[in-house]
Amino acid sequence: MIRRFGRTERALHWVHATGFFAMLATGLVLYLPALSELVARRNVVKNVHIFSAVAWALAIVLVVALGDRRRLAADWREIETLDRDDRSWLLGRPAPQGRFNAGQKVNAIVTAAFAILFAISGFFLWLGERDHRYLFDGTGTVHDALTLISVGLVSGHLYLALIHPQTRHALRGMTLGEVREDWAREHHPKWLEERRRL
Amino acid sequence: MEDRTLGRTAFLGLVGAGVAGLFLGRDALGLLGKVVPNGVESIVPTGGWRIYTIGSSIPRLDPKTYRLTIGGAVERPVTYTLADLRSLPRAEQVSDFHCVTGWRVEDVHWGGVRLRDVLAEAGLRPSAKTLRFVSAEVPYDDTLTLPQAFGRDVLLALDMDGEPLSHGHGYPARVVMPRMYGYKSVKWVTRIEARTTYTDLGYWEQNGYDKDAWIGASNGF
Repeated sequence: MIRRFGRTERALHWVHATGFFAMLATGLVLYLPALSELVARRNVVKNVHIFSAVAWALAIVLVVALGDRRRLAADWREIETLDRDDRSWLLGRPAPQGRFNAGQKVNAIVTAAFAILFAISGFFLWLGERDHRYLFDGTGTVHDALTLISVGLVSGHLYLALIHPQTRHALRGMTLGEVREDWAREHHPKWLEERRRL
Repeated sequence: MEDRTLGRTAFLGLVGAGVAGLFLGRDALGLLGKVVPNGVESIVPTGGWRIYTIGSSIPRLDPKTYRLTIGGAVERPVTYTLADLRSLPRAEQVSDFHCVTGWRVEDVHWGGVRLRDVLAEAGLRPSAKTLRFVSAEVPYDDTLTLPQAFGRDVLLALDMDGEPLSHGHGYPARVVMPRMYGYKSVKWVTRIEARTTYTDLGYWEQNGYDKDAWIGASNGF
């Protein structure tokens, strides 16, 4: 077994996942007319949605503040770096991958950007209801579009992490932190190579 | 090093595009509707309704006990049952519905009664200038001037798309003022009050939203 994710990385992942699904569930009730009419106590759902958002943001700040920031910074550097192999991989040509494959990098970049945009658009949805000067033209549209695209991304993410036989071993890395060495050699050979060099 | 700029550019580009989207025209929503497949659109309302309420739950009014009272600056206060309302001259129209938050629904088929007919029996006093619509969803209310309320496309709707209004859409009676943003179209109307001044602020107007909420010419849009 080799270690893939430390405690800070895993905490960040699960805090974000918990917040996302709490806000998705309550958000869909607020958004889909059929569900809106079904669920009687709309303002409770709305408050839970807003409370989840605040709790989510605070928890992320806490994880970053108290966790292994150097490690997170190194992760982000790695994620932002889409090298020649990554670009080939994204174009469908097999190429050796590092600790994150190119798909995971793109997913992480999109997820991070969306988290910021969800927070901004959500904040202005809240504020615009209280003061119309902050009611912008596209706030709702952006929040909705983010939701639609995120549901697509998360569906793919869940399929690869839970169902697809070749990739689902990765889940162990995000729960217990470790993955099998032979699995890592097959899916992330450049990572093992780097580890050996260190 | 150059490898890293690609990921960084993608990240900043996404954030920038999203922030720009906040200020972009409402047609962006129409674009979104085109991207989403038709089958999904029946469930996911990209071009459809959202149900907004201000209270703890969606009001469920009983048709047997429902009453619409007409009062204020009128000659004779009148109370209508739902059957009374349905016996008034029927009017129908197809109009778009625009929400101030940016979504819209096109070609909604409304059936109901014109406000002039609703007010006929009570009779407005000459001093009356506005109509204040009071919702069963306390404390929601909003006001239209008489010229606004008596417009040819303004309705006290009882039906939507061929069926009685659903509870979420304001059953059994709601205002439809298609040329203004939806917050002027009060749902679950239980009282219409003729007023002699145009000073009442509706629920959202107390938060700074425009009284005359003309689509495309109010609230900064």
